[in-house]
Amino acid sequence: MKDKTLSVSAINEGTVIDHIPAGQLFDVISILGLNKLETQITFGTNLQSKKLGKKAIIKIEGKFFDPDEINRIALVAPQAKLNIIHNYVVTEKRVVEVPETIVGIVKCMNPKCITNHEEVTTQFTVIDKKEVALKCHYCEKITDRKHFQIN
Amino acid sequence: MKNKSLVSISDYSKEQYLEILNLAAEFEKNPVQDILKGYVVATLFFEPSTRTRLSFESAVNKLGGRIIGFSDAGTSSVQKGESLKDTILTVANYSDLIVMRHPIEGSARFASEISPVPIINAGDGANQHPTQCLLDLYSIRKTQGTLENLNIALVGDLKYGRTVHSLLVAMSEFNPTFNFISPVELRMPEAYKIILDRKGIKYYEHTNLEDALLYADIVYMTRVQKERFSDPIEYEKVKNAYILRNSMLANTKENMRVLHPLPRVNEIAIDVDSNPKAYYFEQALNGVYTRQAIICKILGVK
Repeated sequence: MKDKTLSVSAINEGTVIDHIPAGQLFDVISILGLNKLETQITFGTNLQSKKLGKKAIIKIEGKFFDPDEINRIALVAPQAKLNIIHNYVVTEKRVVEVPETIVGIVKCMNPKCITNHEEVTTQFTVIDKKEVALKCHYCEKITDRKHFQIN
Repeated sequence: MKNKSLVSISDYSKEQYLEILNLAAEFEKNPVQDILKGYVVATLFFEPSTRTRLSFESAVNKLGGRIIGFSDAGTSSVQKGESLKDTILTVANYSDLIVMRHPIEGSARFASEISPVPIINAGDGANQHPTQCLLDLYSIRKTQGTLENLNIALVGDLKYGRTVHSLLVAMSEFNPTFNFISPVELRMPEAYKIILDRKGIKYYEHTNLEDALLYADIVYMTRVQKERFSDPIEYEKVKNAYILRNSMLANTKENMRVLHPLPRVNEIAIDVDSNPKAYYFEQALNGVYTRQAIICKILGVK
């Protein structure tokens, strides 16, 4: 018998972000600035997933994202999938794509980089989309996925 | 190049390198002129680098320009906690061009984005030092007559050495063959080998210094520093393996020249100095002409 109970309740209008690695949930929340939203947001984490082991899911009522805005989460959740919901029905599915450049969000891992010493917004060129390796516009050092720290 | 900052060697194209070198050759013939009269160049050295600073100041003075600045952050308002941004915006009011050296990496790029006057990076930590690279190119061309198709041996600390990285990037425009000679711990990073692979440039890695000397047109020496090793025993094992001695030059090519960014510690034995193949002191003199060329291009007076 199939268990039809949803771990995280359905939404009427809005966006569902699924297949977030469980450990990255709070990074996704902070990258998208969900902590500043006024609408209803529900999330679940450490849910069973065949692909990820443990995954997290976020459901945001009344919010639709621009591709530019949502692609930023590809840094921490490259396998994330988006479901756009209208009237409780999935009307569109989207995947995220790692952007060419990243402004802000990530901290440069080089402790001697100017961005870690003065008020300078970080800026990176993505030099490897698969491994998500970022080259700092300022110190020219590479920050890789293992060393990501979200600003 | 007029009014454009020079932060990284990759800011310039191959054609622009050659434009600088050609102008530097003119200055070598005629180094004392009055063309910078009325110009003020600021040299802001947030960490001491006497050699580089004097080279820039000599370059400006010989062309009739004026210098303002400081040679050590301890004597400036930086010590009072002023931000780099404030220092740059203030000094830009007093000068036509800022030459800066700073221990923090990326500081010159940042300065170039906020400064109303152009910036020349005279070294930002372990990151970039493009005027050193251009004077290296000048020295190579002057001694070899060309930059094309040369055999270049890079020796010593190839992992952290910023001068060898910039030189590799710049020379890769001229179809060289590289020999990398370093301890295993200090090998050329993958990122630079990828650049060469993409351009189809040949390179070979060695741990023995003498292996590559015989074919070299240029031997570029750098220092192997103790603090770069995670294991002090490893350092002790290799510390004497990368010292160039006069006896090693016996069978090298006639046109071969030894370069070094200086200061040297012990990686080139003193007995090499009197060998006509030693070129590192002339190389430092070439720095003055090259910097005259860069400054004049950026100020738009040549």
